[in-house]
Amino acid sequence: MQIDNYLIRKTSLEKLFNNLIGNGKTVFAPKTSGKRVLFEDVKAFSEITEDYIVTTNSAKSVVFPRTEKLFSYKKTKEKTEITDASTDTFPEVVLWGTRPCDAAAFIPLTDTFNGDYPDVLYNNRLGKVYVLSFSCATCDEYCFCTSVNGGPGNTAGSDILFTKLSTGDYLAEAITEKGKQLVADNQSLFEAAPSEEKEPNLAKVTTYFNQDEIQAKLQNLFENPVWDEKSRACLGCGSCAFVCPVCSCFDIQDEAHGSKGSRLRCWDSCGFGLFTLHTSGHNPRETQGARWRQRILHKFLYMPNKSKVAGCVGCGRCSRVCPADINILETVTSL
Amino acid sequence: MSNPNIYIPYLMRIEKITQEAPGVKTFRLKFESEHEAEEFEFKAGQFGEYSIVGVGESTFCIASSPTRKGYIECTFRQVGRVTSALASAEEGDVIGFRGPYGNTFPIDEWKGKNLVFIAGGIALPPMRCVIWNALDLRENFKDITIVYGARSVADLVYKHELEEWGNRPDVKLVTTVDPGGETPDWKGEIGFVPSVLEKVAPSAENTIAIVCGPPIMIKFTFPVLEKLGFADHNIFTTLENRMKCGFGKCGRCNVGEKYVCLDGPVFSGEELKLLPAEY
Repeated sequence: MQIDNYLIRKTSLEKLFNNLIGNGKTVFAPKTSGKRVLFEDVKAFSEITEDYIVTTNSAKSVVFPRTEKLFSYKKTKEKTEITDASTDTFPEVVLWGTRPCDAAAFIPLTDTFNGDYPDVLYNNRLGKVYVLSFSCATCDEYCFCTSVNGGPGNTAGSDILFTKLSTGDYLAEAITEKGKQLVADNQSLFEAAPSEEKEPNLAKVTTYFNQDEIQAKLQNLFENPVWDEKSRACLGCGSCAFVCPVCSCFDIQDEAHGSKGSRLRCWDSCGFGLFTLHTSGHNPRETQGARWRQRILHKFLYMPNKSKVAGCVGCGRCSRVCPADINILETVTSL
Repeated sequence: MSNPNIYIPYLMRIEKITQEAPGVKTFRLKFESEHEAEEFEFKAGQFGEYSIVGVGESTFCIASSPTRKGYIECTFRQVGRVTSALASAEEGDVIGFRGPYGNTFPIDEWKGKNLVFIAGGIALPPMRCVIWNALDLRENFKDITIVYGARSVADLVYKHELEEWGNRPDVKLVTTVDPGGETPDWKGEIGFVPSVLEKVAPSAENTIAIVCGPPIMIKFTFPVLEKLGFADHNIFTTLENRMKCGFGKCGRCNVGEKYVCLDGPVFSGEELKLLPAEY
């Protein structure tokens, strides 16, 4: 789809935000919370911070909540009644301030939740999400989006991408039908495209490796000492998976309150020993090294082989949050 | 599944409960909804998620044959939280079922061939489905041999069916128990399944071998089959990785590029050799 370019003044950005709130949309945006910046439900433009490389958590919980009701039930000795949770009305959500890496993550995430078994809960939520991303003007040593076919100004996955120009105003790229509709609904705020180039306003992200080359290499690296070496410090806490915008492994658990309750989907992680443990006590992935290998192979080999898109967008969140300082970039570049 | 929400189970009533062995039960399940009963189809090898709402779901194969219409059966051992809740259910109770999921045994391609079924312990249920499927279409196949073993005589499941198969002139049944697991009146073999299979020595000529059992049994059975001359593409097994969703999303049955729930649970020996040993 053809991308439409506009200019939006710094002052108009706040008007756009207020219009979205005024239209009844829920806006999740980066907000300072102690030492961290998190995507949170914001009501006023002034609550939003611009001072972040990426947020600590990813934006995936908007479409794939940490704990989500699949259905509720009511049970008596004679009868079991089930109430579908996918027919609930989900709110229209604006993700404001996602980075291009966050937006790109919706592509593999959507692949996982579709295929032969479309997940109506995920799709219903996604259908109501507007992804308004902001290009990166800065990056840090954890960022490696350009190594996994991404970039600080990439449009993939966003509905509108804003890039701050030298004047303080923004280039607005309306990418999807949804993005174009938002522009049309707020036409007075968008002006003719600026003449200033986008590229000089983007962060210079180092390219450490090439995804295609890593993919080819990994084909023959199943048995390799690197997996144990690089994961020796791993505590198996699962933080890496929880902050990852692409990780989507989940558990299904029931929550009962007397004769009523619900079946829930909860985030899980391949880094947990229980993840693959059989009832018999046999565990196909017995060591933390085997689990670390699964994490890397799934993201950089299995997913791109299957759907052409890697399961990593190079946001670096997992490395920033790891209490044992295990760095995914360091593992991949050491291969 | 008729509901667009893929996590919603069918409601099924337990019509009959059979105590197969200590801690092992078979449920015969019927759909609560007639419409769902008519719509439902499955093939040999497929599995489902069986649940008690408020407790959780557990993964077992469908142990009855698709040739027997109107119900499905599952056989499970009481081990954890969900299987304990299932085990305490009574005839007439309603449980949840999602499925059928996964691929199937390519039984249509086995026409005109000999079949050798090799099973250990609680792994007879996934095979019982395909055994009855083959016996109900008996004219399609040549010799049918079943080698089945368990730890002890008490642990053998489907005792009535073993007797029935043993009495059929068109089935060769060999049962065995592990050394020490025999009773004074035990007339079957004593020994582990792989060594008993070696003794039975079925011909590999025009023969398909179907193997289900614990990982340790599989590990020692494959070399015996190889010795007997079975080619990898004529050997089939089912993998039993831990699962939650059953349709390739929750991530835990991922082995290499395959999901056991989507690409399996049935794998040929040839396919198995291409997978990393994470099962």
